[in-house]
Amino acid sequence: MNKKRIKRASAMLLVLVFLLITALTGCGKKDTDDNNNNTGNNNGNNNGNNNGNDAEEGFAIDLNVGPEPETLDPTMNTAVDGATYINHIFEGLMKIDSKGEIVSGVADNYKISDDGLVYTFTIRDDAKWSDGKDLTADAFVYSWQRLVDPETASDYNYMVDAVKNANEIMAGTVDKSELGVKAVDPKTFEVTLNVATPYFLEICAFPATYPLREDILTANPDTWTQDSSTYIGNGPYVLDSWTHQSMIVMKQNPNYYGVADLGPDTINFHLIEDQNTILASFENGEILFGDNLPSEEIDRMKDNGLNIVGQLGTYFYCVNVEDEVMKDAKVRRALALAIDRSYLVESVAKGGQQPADTFVATGLSDVEAATEFHEVAKKWYSVDPADYDKNVEEAKQLLVDAGYPDGKGLPSIELMINPGHEAIAEAVIYMWKEKLGINSTISSQDWAVFIDTRKNGEYQISRHGWLADYNDPISFLDMWVSDGGNNDAQYTNPEYDALIAKVKSSADREERITAMHQAEDLLAADMPIIPIYFYTDLYLISDKLEGFYSSPLGYKYFMYTSVKE
Amino acid sequence: MGKYILKRFGAAIFTIFVAATITFFIMNLVPGDPFMSEKAHSETVLQALNEKYGLDKPLIVQYKNYLVNLLKGDFGVSFKLQKNREIKDMIMESFPISAKLGAWGILFAILCGIPLGCIAAFKRNKWADNIIRVLSTMGISIPGFVVATTSMILLAVKLKWLPTSGLKEPTSYILPIFTLSFYPMCYIARLMRSSMLEAFSQDYVRTARAKGMSNFIITFKHALRNSLIPIITYLGPLVGYVLTGSFVVEQVFNIPGLGRYFVKAISNRDYMVIMGTTIFLAAFIILMNLVCDLLYKLVDPRIKLGDE
Repeated sequence: MNKKRIKRASAMLLVLVFLLITALTGCGKKDTDDNNNNTGNNNGNNNGNNNGNDAEEGFAIDLNVGPEPETLDPTMNTAVDGATYINHIFEGLMKIDSKGEIVSGVADNYKISDDGLVYTFTIRDDAKWSDGKDLTADAFVYSWQRLVDPETASDYNYMVDAVKNANEIMAGTVDKSELGVKAVDPKTFEVTLNVATPYFLEICAFPATYPLREDILTANPDTWTQDSSTYIGNGPYVLDSWTHQSMIVMKQNPNYYGVADLGPDTINFHLIEDQNTILASFENGEILFGDNLPSEEIDRMKDNGLNIVGQLGTYFYCVNVEDEVMKDAKVRRALALAIDRSYLVESVAKGGQQPADTFVATGLSDVEAATEFHEVAKKWYSVDPADYDKNVEEAKQLLVDAGYPDGKGLPSIELMINPGHEAIAEAVIYMWKEKLGINSTISSQDWAVFIDTRKNGEYQISRHGWLADYNDPISFLDMWVSDGGNNDAQYTNPEYDALIAKVKSSADREERITAMHQAEDLLAADMPIIPIYFYTDLYLISDKLEGFYSSPLGYKYFMYTSVKE
Repeated sequence: MGKYILKRFGAAIFTIFVAATITFFIMNLVPGDPFMSEKAHSETVLQALNEKYGLDKPLIVQYKNYLVNLLKGDFGVSFKLQKNREIKDMIMESFPISAKLGAWGILFAILCGIPLGCIAAFKRNKWADNIIRVLSTMGISIPGFVVATTSMILLAVKLKWLPTSGLKEPTSYILPIFTLSFYPMCYIARLMRSSMLEAFSQDYVRTARAKGMSNFIITFKHALRNSLIPIITYLGPLVGYVLTGSFVVEQVFNIPGLGRYFVKAISNRDYMVIMGTTIFLAAFIILMNLVCDLLYKLVDPRIKLGDE
């Protein structure tokens, strides 16, 4: 019996050894290859500790701006980190400079017709693709038509909805060749708009409008971004290699017109997902820039490389106005007033956020470019901590008016969140209970389920967040039109819809801005949303890294950086 | 023997088919889809996406198409995680990395776990046993991400002895392998200890003692071989799971392995990646079981396979 068992044990050990040997030896060669690749990719990786070969290739910087991107296709990308990679590989007609201003990109100059409807861009003579071919206006015609083509299914097709026929093409009623864009000659690109759009030049600096190579995309429609030989751009850098889930390596594009001004010869984008790992890599000196960190480490890192800058976005709670309890605007306003936003940003979120007293975030221009829309806007309530008690008193009175004195008679409210938002939600429901006597619970749902539930309106109050796509308040306010795709509050107000329609059809800046202020005032009165704070962008940056800048949309630019020893 | 292999092979195909079928329908039952995002898609965009990836067809047709493509060796493309990338490429690229780490992890767990268990049994209730018991209990109860983060903070951030992430140089393998093997090592040590203590109470050990053999010879020559059986039972499934990658280790140390896809594909509803990784894992484990059974027969001809 024992002998048999020993033999069995030996058999199993043999199996194990066999498998281990297979795995260890079988993977050995592959791994050597991987290592070779990595070594190749990481030339000059150690900020000055280069070996002979690396020194020839100049200096490299190691950074993190996000995890593995979903796509590097400018038309299909929706992510902020994706846009950062794309901005290094491509360049649009216009671009954002280090001061955050819109300046000429591959367009040498542009003319706007008197009625503001026709934009004529002249493309630089020395603008070339990374494979050396000339960049012509056809590339823009192709990419803009591809963007609005329903078959492409780009999420950002609405970015060019001001262009003639764009909406009809997106709806599938008109062919994409009818889009109001044309190549007048190889170096002249003309765009005709439906309505004068004050922020149109900014759209021309948006990744979805970058030029694309028709020959390459036609030959490799789905895979052109996956290989450096087909991922041809016209920007300052070229894709050298993309080791999935690990690293994207970019090298200077010798055919870029401004190559002489570029900083690093090689940029190694480490694709790290875990916030603790990003922080550890930053503290260990393995990366000079990290685009994320655990919120509990914010305080400690404030003097150790953490930068906090404003972002065009608002964190808020969305209220389902069709819900039996929530349909009363008095209840919604009472809930909004009882939140101590200063406490939330200082003691819970701790990321330098600004308490939100309107929906449209700070950082967007008003009639005068130097004045902010938020400064002029009528505030929904005071966020001054000194006024909090007064807010609570008003909230209590509103509950009395709504028929729920001291919260009595009001059924328990469910606040829906997705994981990662518990701390704020817990603080908020505590405030509702403590100040108004309202019972509420938190329901946390997996991201995919959460989005589905919110979209279907199967909730009472839900966490929400919105980041603008461009520097114009309409990017926020357009969200709440009746039957709008993002109107998860199920909010309907014909007056509001009329104001938004007026904004979209008007070319007069003052008229547009005034209508947008009026629209926001309507939101304040109806309160389908409860603003919490305005987003900030947090990143870790080594004091050795110079020449870095970012845009209010959160895009990061490393092409002009240098490393101070 | 040939007939047996054929039969087992048929059963394996059937098992994979069942696993694929169950996964396919369950994943489609769960709310959400691969294209959801904070900003809603327009109807035309959603329709175009569904058409492009064949999700506009009835579920049963999608299922049939998937199986037909699978038979042709086509696992489909990712809808979300690495948009339009072939699942086959994703698996072929990431599996060797996970397998290599896993293999080293298991080797480390065995080479440390078995001797630790033996020493604990040999020095029962002495200080060495107490230390090993405390260590192994801790190893089983501390979650993997705590081991990973703590070892990283200590050895990479504070002491700066090892790199924090990636697999760039040989030293970068140390932390992931340690994290991966810590739990199985402790589990093996505990199993080994109790199994060895049981062996000590057997008649043949008493006989050996009566013959005047030293404790060392009794422990490591006689008791050890018989005590290995529970370890091997545990190692069977462990090999399957560890070689196909660990989400925690790969996430924390930023290793481009297969383990991350299992979890990320589900939370992103990346249907084809869910299917591809599930079928791959199922096939791998089934194959390993088959290899084990066949090796049994080779080593011990008295073992009957099937209806022999």
